[in-house]
Amino acid sequence: MLTLECPYCGVKAEETELTAGGEAHLKRYGPGSSDEDFESYLFVRKNPKGVHFERWRHAYGCGKWFLAARCTATLEVFGTYPAQSKEPPAELQAKIRAKRPNWEGYR
Amino acid sequence: MGLKRYSVFAIVREAMSYHQGWERAWPWPKPKRKYDVVIVGAGGHGLATAYYLGKNFGITNVAIIEKGWLGGGNTGRNTTIIRSNYLQDPSAAIYEKARSLYETMSQDLNYNVMFSPRGLLMLGQTEHEVRGYKRTVYANNLQGVETRWIEPDEVKKLVPIINIAGPRYPVLGALYQARGGTARHDAVAWGYARACSAMGMDVIQQCEVTGVRSEGGRVKGIDTTKGAIDCDKLGLVVAGNSSVLAEMAGFRLPIESLALQALVSEPIKPCMDVVVMANTVHGYMSQSDKGEMVIGGGTDGFNNYTQRGSFHHIEETVRSLIETFPMLSRLKMLRQWGGIVDMTGDRSPILSKTPVEGVFVNCGWGTGGFKAIPGSGWAMAELMARGHSPLTEEFSMYRFREGKFIDESVAAGVAH
Repeated sequence: MLTLECPYCGVKAEETELTAGGEAHLKRYGPGSSDEDFESYLFVRKNPKGVHFERWRHAYGCGKWFLAARCTATLEVFGTYPAQSKEPPAELQAKIRAKRPNWEGYR
Repeated sequence: MGLKRYSVFAIVREAMSYHQGWERAWPWPKPKRKYDVVIVGAGGHGLATAYYLGKNFGITNVAIIEKGWLGGGNTGRNTTIIRSNYLQDPSAAIYEKARSLYETMSQDLNYNVMFSPRGLLMLGQTEHEVRGYKRTVYANNLQGVETRWIEPDEVKKLVPIINIAGPRYPVLGALYQARGGTARHDAVAWGYARACSAMGMDVIQQCEVTGVRSEGGRVKGIDTTKGAIDCDKLGLVVAGNSSVLAEMAGFRLPIESLALQALVSEPIKPCMDVVVMANTVHGYMSQSDKGEMVIGGGTDGFNNYTQRGSFHHIEETVRSLIETFPMLSRLKMLRQWGGIVDMTGDRSPILSKTPVEGVFVNCGWGTGGFKAIPGSGWAMAELMARGHSPLTEEFSMYRFREGKFIDESVAAGVAH
């Protein structure tokens, strides 16, 4: 069973307490953007077999959105961090790189 | 490749010689240096694509590459349900094509796929669902797909073990497709593999694709664990791993990979001779020829490539089914397994050209690919051979950019 630590309330929540929200760090496009931009924001996904950055909501806890780094091939969780982050924290990236030397980066 | 035909005479003949004379059902070839067409993925869809390339278009210099074993992905992991009662016209067209091909598949392939058109019910358990399914019945009538709405007393007659009174999820009626049913999933893959081999195609197992080579925007070939293979056209038919292969080819897809689970009970005496889908409670069920109750559930919410899902989904599936089928509460569940499904934004598949010339994708069948295998292969073969097909026109990967969705998520709920 998948367990993630909520970075706000510190609760180690198991997945029935959480709602998955899909890929994180997507660039949001607004009015006036091209069709390709909207497509990339709304539908196109990296969907990697390996390290994945994703949004989660602590739905049956504090109710807040947060971000997590997880391996989709092994279900290993690397860490969680607040939703306000523009990119994954440097120490989390270093931790992932130490465990997955061939990791190509979060983009 | 002259493979001996299966028939009652073959059984009699082999019985005379202690069944020592049966040959391998299909060969185990080494890859050649070059093929006209390479299909990645020897599941049902990939093999069917190759089969119809040969049968309908005479293209037989074809290799089907499989990283594992034949039909070891979702083809061998689904709940074998076949139906075509979809809401949207493009869906009904391709799924009904598939269903009609299933009717004669055993004869066409000379391989018993045990197609059993036993009838299929999609239960209406809320007022909203009843209206949705009635709308689907009207749509199906216009599309030429034979379905009808049946009332609770007829549901009870067809499925004596059902509890129609509720109280939480009363059965208010059902969308009934009399020619829907099941088939033996492995046999579909095996039958196609045999038929493809008989046409001279190479079905290459335990050969993983490690890269896609292209030059000037045109595909040249693939690199595999069994060496490089050149090709003029490449079909990616790798449900669950579509994004991985697309990344190798240099583009991204509007797809996420999720785990979907199923389970079977211990075998019991025949108690239900139809397929029942209960989408409100996310469960669907049929009884296999061995007597096991075959039960499918919903997908997990998060990206996953591990072919195993979360236990709480099993619990939810069984818990809600028990409400509708109280006798299930006395059954032990024997096995549970997961498969990785491609999910698109509108819950409809992608059969499409791609940004790389000569590369075609067939993916995104979500939780309902098995029923579509022959139709998907038929359409994909036409797309690859001719460059266009009336069945795939609406299923382009670019429909998301254009906003031309084929929205089945509302119509079908979760369970396909």
